[in-house]
Amino acid sequence: MNRWLWIILIALGLVAPYVLYPVFVMKLLCFALFACAFNLLLGYTGLLSFGHAAFFGAAAYAAGHSIKVWGFPTELGILTGTLVACLLGVVFGKLAIRRQGIYFAMVTLALAQIVYFVALKSSFTGGEDGLQGVPRGRLLGFIDLNDSLNMYYFVLAIFLFGFWLIARIVDSPFGQVLKAIRENEPRALSLGYDVSRFKLIAFVLSATLSGLAGATKAVVFQFASLTDVNWATSGEVVLMTLVGGVGTITGPMVGAFTVVSLHSRLSWMGSWVTVIVGITFIVCVLVFRRGIVGELQELLRRLRGRPTRARPAAAAQPQATKREA
Amino acid sequence: MDISFKAILIQGMLGLNNGAFYAMLSLGLAVIFGLLNIVNFAHGAFYMLGAFAALIGLTQLGGWIGMPDLQINFWWALLLAPLFVGLLGVLVDRTMLKRLAGLDHLYGLLLTFGIALVLQGLFTNYYNTAGTPYPGKPEMLDGVVNLGFMFFPKYRLFALVFSLLVCLLTWYLIERTKLGAILRAGTENPDLVQALGINVPLLITLTYGFGVGLAALAGVLAAPIYSVSPLMGAELIIVVFAVVVIGGMGSIMGAIVTGLGLGMIEGITKVVYPPASSTVVFIIMAIVLLVRPAGLFGRE
Amino acid sequence: MSNKTIALAVAAALLAGTAHAQGISGDVVKIGIMNGASGPYAAISGKGSVVAAQMAVEDFGGKVLGKPVQILSADHQNKPDIGSAVAREWIDREGVDMIADMDTSSVALAVQRLATDKGVLTINTGAGSTALTNEQCTPLGIHYAYDTYALAVGIADPVIRAGGDKWFYITADYAFGHSLEENASNVVKATGGKNVGAVRHPFPNNDFSSYLLQAQGSGANVIALANAGQDTTNTIKQAGEFGIGRGEQQLVGLLVFISEVKSLGLQTAQGLKFTDSWYWDMNDETREFTKRFMQRHNAAPTSDQAAVYSAVTQYLKAVEAAGTDQGKAVRAQLGKMTFNDMYHKNAKLRPDGRVVHDMYLMEVKSPKESKSEWDLVKVIDTIPAEKAFIPLSESKCPLVKKSS
Repeated sequence: MNRWLWIILIALGLVAPYVLYPVFVMKLLCFALFACAFNLLLGYTGLLSFGHAAFFGAAAYAAGHSIKVWGFPTELGILTGTLVACLLGVVFGKLAIRRQGIYFAMVTLALAQIVYFVALKSSFTGGEDGLQGVPRGRLLGFIDLNDSLNMYYFVLAIFLFGFWLIARIVDSPFGQVLKAIRENEPRALSLGYDVSRFKLIAFVLSATLSGLAGATKAVVFQFASLTDVNWATSGEVVLMTLVGGVGTITGPMVGAFTVVSLHSRLSWMGSWVTVIVGITFIVCVLVFRRGIVGELQELLRRLRGRPTRARPAAAAQPQATKREA
Repeated sequence: MDISFKAILIQGMLGLNNGAFYAMLSLGLAVIFGLLNIVNFAHGAFYMLGAFAALIGLTQLGGWIGMPDLQINFWWALLLAPLFVGLLGVLVDRTMLKRLAGLDHLYGLLLTFGIALVLQGLFTNYYNTAGTPYPGKPEMLDGVVNLGFMFFPKYRLFALVFSLLVCLLTWYLIERTKLGAILRAGTENPDLVQALGINVPLLITLTYGFGVGLAALAGVLAAPIYSVSPLMGAELIIVVFAVVVIGGMGSIMGAIVTGLGLGMIEGITKVVYPPASSTVVFIIMAIVLLVRPAGLFGRE
Repeated sequence: MSNKTIALAVAAALLAGTAHAQGISGDVVKIGIMNGASGPYAAISGKGSVVAAQMAVEDFGGKVLGKPVQILSADHQNKPDIGSAVAREWIDREGVDMIADMDTSSVALAVQRLATDKGVLTINTGAGSTALTNEQCTPLGIHYAYDTYALAVGIADPVIRAGGDKWFYITADYAFGHSLEENASNVVKATGGKNVGAVRHPFPNNDFSSYLLQAQGSGANVIALANAGQDTTNTIKQAGEFGIGRGEQQLVGLLVFISEVKSLGLQTAQGLKFTDSWYWDMNDETREFTKRFMQRHNAAPTSDQAAVYSAVTQYLKAVEAAGTDQGKAVRAQLGKMTFNDMYHKNAKLRPDGRVVHDMYLMEVKSPKESKSEWDLVKVIDTIPAEKAFIPLSESKCPLVKKSS
């Protein structure tokens, strides 16, 4: 990825808490990481999961529980949450990649519902009450995270690490194979790639990083709740990715910023926000399929007079359409 | 609590009641998926809309249009609400879904998800999320019937029988009539059917209208039982998705049988092991996926 | 600038700083009213609570210590994570000095903990869980109106005396429902009754049929509804559908507000007994308040809304007396006061945060007895303050142990 982009990103990240409400920026970062992790699956492997809230939420609960009840230090708690999401990713992945396209989406959704109901019924999650009062603790034993600036820079570091990892994965040979699967699965198969294995690894990576985002969010808000595992959150992350640009490296980040700001700016409108989010979905799907970053890239490409690349969206899977019906 | 056979029968009966709604909804989903290749995420929202259409028709519509005496009673709602929602479906298909033809069907899922959010949000604004009771249950269906092992409300029995009839009728229509044959042929090979002089795009639009109309019909039937709430469909649709995955989208009968069966299993779980009652459908789904990835009635 | 002027400037700034802490932060007193404005409890609290708070501010003169008083409101959608995020932002960015109402126990617990951490007072009038001033009490959390213990004490005794001694609970599955079920079953046991079982339902919920049928088959003669708001009305209506609660089994609503009585209708609800902290038609003062309230809101005030009015009034009095809106100082001042207003008489705030006042046993009137639209219930008994709430000697609140 472009070095300048990194410099701008880090500079913005460093300045942001002095301009905006730090808790708000931390929320942005958590969801941006979540969306980027999700995009690893949708944008670069062509698999639409409708159950990613399960990883986000399960990690939030695991991190919250291990810190609050077991007394884990904050960084270990976040790691625990991430690990739980990873394991869950292996189980879900094994089941879900047996199906393609729309079935894949529905299977992930239904599996995520199991996690939701487990969270609802278990006593350690607090059910409807949520897991409240997770202490932020001290980082490495001496940095007080109750200070919102300390907490902020910790979250920023986590985000940058996650983002860097995703950028690396996408550019690696492994990432190239994923793209090949997205573009034409039978061809990748005939070239001798173990497609299922690649899909599973991509799924687990995406789940793990989603978990990292969820665990971090639980520490920021000192709270893990049913909202985190709810299917509406799964929908939210799809929207973020779609708005920003599926299959672009910065798109999900931009999308997350847009959607989270929308929610926060319009919170006084109550449930009209749901309506606006819904309309955003419809508009994106009908006329704006490349997303903000995707459209910008396209515009740049046209200005430079280069030929249009094939649409980078999850759409490049024509073979899945009929056979499954 | 000790588990008695009677308790199982009672909860199984209630479960069958829910199962009838699952069946009607998954049936509509299956029909739409068959012809349009769209997983209609808005199905739950249309179900909710059906219930609200009945509620509004009875209590508010008259006031809105300056005829305070006008009340659309339950029987009329049973006819009019599905028609109205079906028309809305036709509109949705013509203005939006149509434009997605040829794209990956994931976009259809996302678009209908957006539609569901809009409808839910709109109604949450004007109606309480806890639900408004539907006051228009017909008097002749008041009271209970003695089934031997329990007293079952007459209305619930009516809703059960009525939805079973609708399901069977739909099955007959699609599997046994000429119209159904054209529909099925259109699913397999739209170009060929078009070449035979049949207006396939119109067929597609009407199918969508019919599918969401079925959902609305289920909504009207549900209104007197459950309170009418903006989120009633959102809670249901996920279960119906699981039903569809378990049954497989291959057969209409599959959707009906799976819906009813899972409703009963869910009800019985409430007696045997209550904490699992809301998860049991999804657990069955996971098992079915492992053993028969195409679903119980699906063809791979 | 010379060293001297700098020193002077620093000293002045320091002085200003201390003066600031004594007075009103941000030159405005901000009160946040938080409740579930679109959920099952909207009729109990909702917009009516905001109206009540505004009336309190106006009746106080709109200003305290010469500074304006401002009311903010938000819908927590009955979700603790949303409530806690709103409270955090209110305190961090808006400088809110006190948060009231809450109306959902899970939210109330989250907000109380967070606000206390940040030095901000919470006066909870809407939520019922006793944990607020018991296991999870905090130095700045005040529980102002009813709680689940008071509800159970008030209703269990008369029901058991009338022969209803085998209880089954239909419980809302969150902090409030758990607390109510626990308190009620303790009282039932202590009074000589038996608890035969319980079933928990999601919150909020639409379909209660399977829970009701379990209750029916349980062998209980009392089906106690440990839920609230529209969950309660839905349960009662669906019970009617199955013919439950008409024969040997009776339904008992553990928490009923007049908004539910209104929505059920007197025909269905007549004879229903419940405990409440206030009723609009108790005396001239309450009637005068109700008259003014109804000019702005299309329903008679519930006890929660009346409590919000009272809480805001007493809070402003305390701010005036303490000369500051700083949380700790106001809390200390409130602890010294005796509350007398149209909501309660001679009420006192205990060290655990509990405000103790009389509670009332009410009975829903028959359609014949009712003379007007909101003439719904009559007060049939008074539960004196010292009996209505958990005695300090049994409290699990660590703040109490320290002081004793």
